[in-house]
Amino acid sequence: MSEKLLVRKIRDGTVIDHIPAGSALDVLKVLGVTGKEGFRISIVMNTDSMKLGKKDIIKIEGRELNLEEVNIIALIAPTATINIIRGYRVVKKEKVEIPDYIEDIVKCANPNCVTNLEKGLKTRFKVVSRRPLLLKCLYCDRYTTLEDIYRQFIRREPAK
Amino acid sequence: MFRDRDIISIRDFTRDELTKIFNEAYEMEKNLDKRLDILRDKVLALLFFEPSTRTMFSFQTAMYRLGGETLIFSDVGKSSMAKGETLGDTIRIIDGYSDCIVIRHWMEGTAKYAADIAESPVINAGDGTREHPTQTMIDLYTIWRVKGDVDNLNIGLLGDLKYGRAVTSLIYGLMKFDVNKLYLISPKELRIRDEVRDSLNKAGLEYIETDDIKGVLNKLDVLYVTRIQKERFPDPTEYERVRGSYQVDKSLLEYAREGLIILHPLPRVDEISYDVDETRHAYYFKQARYGVPVRMALLKLVMVG
Repeated sequence: MSEKLLVRKIRDGTVIDHIPAGSALDVLKVLGVTGKEGFRISIVMNTDSMKLGKKDIIKIEGRELNLEEVNIIALIAPTATINIIRGYRVVKKEKVEIPDYIEDIVKCANPNCVTNLEKGLKTRFKVVSRRPLLLKCLYCDRYTTLEDIYRQFIRREPAK
Repeated sequence: MFRDRDIISIRDFTRDELTKIFNEAYEMEKNLDKRLDILRDKVLALLFFEPSTRTMFSFQTAMYRLGGETLIFSDVGKSSMAKGETLGDTIRIIDGYSDCIVIRHWMEGTAKYAADIAESPVINAGDGTREHPTQTMIDLYTIWRVKGDVDNLNIGLLGDLKYGRAVTSLIYGLMKFDVNKLYLISPKELRIRDEVRDSLNKAGLEYIETDDIKGVLNKLDVLYVTRIQKERFPDPTEYERVRGSYQVDKSLLEYAREGLIILHPLPRVDEISYDVDETRHAYYFKQARYGVPVRMALLKLVMVG
């Protein structure tokens, strides 16, 4: 069965392609998309990919992802590409990249860190390693791992 | 080089800068019975959100000896924070009243946060389990004064290497020098944190991790002992498992080198028995006294250069 039969083109919105196979639902969870928002969402999982062997795809109609959301996806789906669609055309195509520094989107894994206890203080991390993902808090120095990020957003272990 | 500088981590200092502090502290030792006027118009705020004896009083004494004044905040229950004021707002207010802020807090990263907010220089007097850089300056100064140098020594660090902020800072501080070898002696549960181990590996400093103090004692020129701090353990059962797991006493010191010096950031509980105090190895009270000249040196450098 071809992909076209499964998911048609969208007019306006976002297509997240090249998601590591089995991670599409995690991506939706970290984006806070529950399905109750009313956007039309298509998910294809474990479809063939020239680049990855298998991959997942998400199409969200009527919603464009912002930079912060793209950064979150970079952490848990580092192979993903983000396509912003307007009038059935791709107007922006971005490959997600884990930046050198990450602000605000992830909580520090150290419960005693000032960022977890002081109102309004944003977290700041230096990316020490991309694979495996390792973030160092610029306030308390502790490491936050991919497992910690999953626990924070999804409450289960990452897909192997 | 120093004026208006925040003192957050010992890692921010070069070896030359630490040596400059040592030389300045050595000069300050000549003034411990005087009141100078170097900081006559200056006010130092001491914000202590955790108990302190040595650190708070030595900063206070240092400021007095330099001719300045201190504001002391050490009872959160009597402050506006008890009414729900954020730490950030407290810092903003105190910043307007003082020329330099010394802060101790149980939360890790507090000093860095305070430094981001305050215009005045901020000195970290201990932030949770993270760091205690001015204690490290005192520890290194003591070694420098007693041994003449920090280089080429075998240094043992005994105790809680995981949650202890003084010993964590000291490890970072020792990376600035050509230490011969570092012996990290602790129960397995209290070994150094991953980020500290990564830094040690990156610095290329030779070290071993062991739980056998007796087996390595005769190799050591310096033994730095720390208390197992009950208040730092997130899990009380973890504390119960390791409490009392080591003690340095006079009989153990039969294995020690002639010139071994024993240091401790204090307070001690039972990790150094009292019979060690009378031995030639005990330097921890001297170390505590060096707190005043070292902090005098630092306050002078930070406030007037």
